[in-house]
Amino acid sequence: MLSYILRRVLYAVPIIIGVNVITALLFFYVNTPENMARKILGEKNVTPSAIENWKQDHGYNLPPFLNVKEKGLSVVTQTIFFQKAVPLLWFDFGRSDRNNIDIGSEIKTRMWPSLAISLPMFTAGVFIDLFFAMLLAYYRGTRFDISAVVFCVMMMSVSTLFYIIGGQYFLGKLLKLFPISGFDTGVHSAKFLILPVVVGVISGAGVGIRFYRTVFLEEVSKDYVRTARAKGLSEGKVLFKHALKNAMIPVLTNVVVSIPFLFYGSLIMETFFSIPGLGNFTIDAIQSQDFAIVRSMVYLGSILYIIGLILTDISYTLVDPRVIFE
Amino acid sequence: MTAPVIEVRNLKTYFKTSGGIAKAVDGVSFSIPKGGTFALVGESGCGKSVTALSVIQLIDSASGYIAGGEVLLNGSDITKLGEKEKRKIRGNKISMIFQEPMTSLNPVFTVGNQIEEAICLHQRKTAKDARALALDMLKKVRFANPEEIYDEYPHRLSGGMRQRVMIAIALSCKPDLLIADEPTTALDVTIQDEILKLIKELKDTMGTAVLLITHNLALVANNADTVCVMYAGKIVESAPTAELFKKPLHPYTQKLLSSVPAISMRGKLLDTIPGTVPSATAYADGCRFSGRCHREMQGCKTIEPVLVENEERHFIACHLFDAVFLAGVNSTHVTRAEAYLPHIKNALVKGGAIVEARGLKTWYPIRKGLLKRVKGYVKAVDGIDLTIKKGETLALVGESGSGKTTAGKSIIRLISATSGEVVFQGRDILKLGGKEMQGVKPLMQIIFQDPYSSLNPRLTVKEIIEEGLIILKPGLDRKRRLKKIGASLEQVGLSADMMSRYPHEFSGGQRQRVGIARALAVDPEFIVCDEAVSALDVSVQAQILNLLKEIQREAGLSYLFITHDLGVVEYIADEVAVMYNGKIVESGPTEEIFLRPRHEYTQKLLSAVPRL
Repeated sequence: MLSYILRRVLYAVPIIIGVNVITALLFFYVNTPENMARKILGEKNVTPSAIENWKQDHGYNLPPFLNVKEKGLSVVTQTIFFQKAVPLLWFDFGRSDRNNIDIGSEIKTRMWPSLAISLPMFTAGVFIDLFFAMLLAYYRGTRFDISAVVFCVMMMSVSTLFYIIGGQYFLGKLLKLFPISGFDTGVHSAKFLILPVVVGVISGAGVGIRFYRTVFLEEVSKDYVRTARAKGLSEGKVLFKHALKNAMIPVLTNVVVSIPFLFYGSLIMETFFSIPGLGNFTIDAIQSQDFAIVRSMVYLGSILYIIGLILTDISYTLVDPRVIFE
Repeated sequence: MTAPVIEVRNLKTYFKTSGGIAKAVDGVSFSIPKGGTFALVGESGCGKSVTALSVIQLIDSASGYIAGGEVLLNGSDITKLGEKEKRKIRGNKISMIFQEPMTSLNPVFTVGNQIEEAICLHQRKTAKDARALALDMLKKVRFANPEEIYDEYPHRLSGGMRQRVMIAIALSCKPDLLIADEPTTALDVTIQDEILKLIKELKDTMGTAVLLITHNLALVANNADTVCVMYAGKIVESAPTAELFKKPLHPYTQKLLSSVPAISMRGKLLDTIPGTVPSATAYADGCRFSGRCHREMQGCKTIEPVLVENEERHFIACHLFDAVFLAGVNSTHVTRAEAYLPHIKNALVKGGAIVEARGLKTWYPIRKGLLKRVKGYVKAVDGIDLTIKKGETLALVGESGSGKTTAGKSIIRLISATSGEVVFQGRDILKLGGKEMQGVKPLMQIIFQDPYSSLNPRLTVKEIIEEGLIILKPGLDRKRRLKKIGASLEQVGLSADMMSRYPHEFSGGQRQRVGIARALAVDPEFIVCDEAVSALDVSVQAQILNLLKEIQREAGLSYLFITHDLGVVEYIADEVAVMYNGKIVESGPTEEIFLRPRHEYTQKLLSAVPRL
C-alpha cells in the first residue's frame, strides 16, 4: 500500500513538470510579454520605452527559455521560464502583474471563503443526491420513479445561471430570506452562505440523482442482491446494506476526484454571490489580464487534479476488499 | 408416504414483455416429501428457474407475476401471504443456492458476516451465538479452518469454496426445502461431485427436502428420487429416477437422453431434435413439442395433452399414451422423413502429425514492489508436448485454471509462448516473422466457447466472416469473397441469405454455427475448439458435435478440442491429453485413457463424472 502511494507520487513528478512546461509555453510563447505589457498599459498610446519599462519592472525583460548572453548556469537561470515558472514547483507563485501583490499569500487567504461555500455545497449535494437516488431505486419502475427521472432531466437541461438568478430573485428579493450576495467572516457568514449552497445543490441535483440512480439500478440487478433477497432480507435492507456499499465504488470515482477542488472554489457561484474566494480571484485576474495570477491558478488546478486522482485510487481500498495495491 | 413439505398446484408464472405475455411457467404441479430430492430438468428457457423462483416467491414484481395456482408449504398456501410473511419464509423455511457462486456472494462483506446475517434475521440469537452457529455451519460444509474462512472476503475463495459458503448460508436456518438451481454447472467436475455429496449428506442429517434444478441429465440420475422433465413451461413427464432413465416415454425425454454424447455413441451421429423451443409468448394450442416431435400425429398441433399417470408414479403428457385420442379419427401418424444415423466410416487416410508442440511454455511474470520488478512467474503452460494427427481430434481436458486454453491459444500464436516450439508443416511457427506467419494463419483457426459474446454485435454475419477473409485471403475479390461466405454458411447448415443479419437475430446454436463458419471460411487445416459446445443445451450441443464431425470427415480437418466435459471427449476424441497445473499428466488413445487411466489425477477426474 505504502509503496503504491509512493510510486503514484513519483509518477506525478514528471506529470507536474510537464504541466509546468506546457503552461509556460502557453503563457510566454503564445502570449508574449510584449503583448501582456500592451494589454495592461492600454492598447493605444503606448510607447516602446513604456513597454520596456513595464517588462523591466515585472521581470519579463529576459529571454523566455535560453539566455545566450550569459555564461554557465545563468544561461538557463536568467530566463523568464526559470524565474517565473520553475518556482511554481515549490509553490512560490511570485507577484501579480498588475497590482504587484503576493499571489501565494492571496491564495492562502482566499481559499477559506471558497471552502466555506464549496464544502457544504459538496457534502449536502452528495448526500441529498444519494438519498433521492436510493429512493428512486427502491421505487424503480413505478410512476414515481419515471416522473422523477423526467423531472431530473428537466433540471439538468436548465442552465446554472437560471438557478442563481432565480434563487436571488425569489429567496433574496421577494421573500427576503437571505441577502442576495456578499460575504462575512465568522458566525455572520452563515446568512450569506445558505443561498449559494441551496442554489448549488439544486442546480447539481438533476445530474447527480440520475447518475447515482443508474449506479444503484446496476447493482440491484446483480446476483448477490438476489442472494440477499433469498435470505429473506427486506428490500430496504437489501438496498441500504448490500447494494449501497457496492455502489460506493463507482460513486467514489465520481466524487473523490473533486474533493481537492473544494479549495479552488467555483468561478460562477463566487462571482454572482460576491464571495471573495479563489474563483472570484481567477475571474478578476482574467478580466484584468493579470497573467501571473491566471498562470498560477491553471497550474494549481492541475496539481489538485493529480491529487484528486491519487485520492480516488486510495479510496477504493476503503470500500472494496478486492482492490489491493502493490 | 409422508405428507409433502412442498406442494405446487397448477402454478402459472407469467411475464409482461414487449412481445406479449410470456408464459414462462404454465400450469406446473409437483410435490416433494420430507427429505426427498426432486429434480426438474430441461433445456434453457423451459421454465425451470422461474418455477424455483416462484416457489421461494422471488419473482421480480416489476415484470413478472404469479398468474395462478398455489404453492403449499407444509399445507398452507404461501402465494397469498403478505410480503412481510413471505420474508419470514425465505432463507428460513425455504432457501436457495444459485448457479454462479462467483457472483452470488456480496464482494464487500466477509463470509462470516454473510452467514450471520441470515441467522440473525430468522433466529433470535445474540451476536456471540450467531458467530458460533456460523462457525459451526462452516465446519459442516467441510472447511478445515472455519475461523480463518469466517474473516475472508469471497474473492479470496475458489468457486467450489464459495458454493460451500452459499450452502452454509442456505442451511443455517435448517430450512424445510432447499432449492438448488444448477448448483454445480459452473464448477469443475471433481468439485461438482464434492458439492453434490455435501448437499446430500446435509440433507439427510437435517431432513431437508431438495428441489434440484439442472440441465445435466447424468447428474440427476445419481442424485434425485424423482425426476420431472419440463418443456416450454409445462411438465411433460415425471417418474421415479430409475424408471425414467430405464423407460423414458415422452418423445422429448427420449430425444434428450439420446442426444447426450457418450462412449457408446462413438463413430455415430448423435440424435438431435430439429427446430427450436417455441417462444414463450406464442405457444401452440396443442402439444408444445409438436413440430419438433418425431412421433407426431394428426391432431397433436391442436389438442393439448394432459399429464396422466400412465404407470404407477410415472406421469406423462403425450397423446401416444392417450387411448381416447389414439382411438379418434385424427390419430394417424404424420409422415416425416426418419432421421437416419449413418455410421461414420474412417474414410480418411489418416496421415502423420499436423501440429506438434514440443516443450511449450507460456509463463506470465508476477511484478511486485516499488519498481515493479519481476519476482516470479505464473506457469500457465509449463513445458507440454502435444501431437495432433491429421484428420484426428485430440481432446485437451483438465479443470479450469489448468492451462488448457492458454495452451490452445499459444499453439496458434494468439498468445505468445515463452519458449518451446510448435511444428506445423515442418516449420517452427513460433519463430516465423510477420509475413511468413500471414501464410500460416488461415490454416490454423479457433472457435470460442461463448457464442453470445464472441461475435461482435455491431457487425453483420457477412462482415464478421469477411473481415478474416480480407486479411488472410487478400487474393480474393469482392465477388469471390461473397461466394466463399455463402458457401461456408451453407457448410454449417445455415443459409447464404442469412448473411446480412446481426448476431442477436440468431439462437445460441446458430451463433456457434456462425463462429464455425467464420473459422471455416479461410480453409483451415487445423482448428482449436475452445470449449466450443460447453455453453450449449444438450440437443443443440449434439447438433454442433455432429456438424464438427461431418466437417472433419469432408475436409480432413484436425481438431484440438479443449473441454472439461468428459462425455464430449469420449464421444468425439481420438486421443486425449489430460492437463493439470500447466503440465500434461497423461495422454494416449481415448479408449485407453478412459478404460485404464494410470495417473492419479485422471482417475479422480473420471470417477467424478456423473454418468447415465
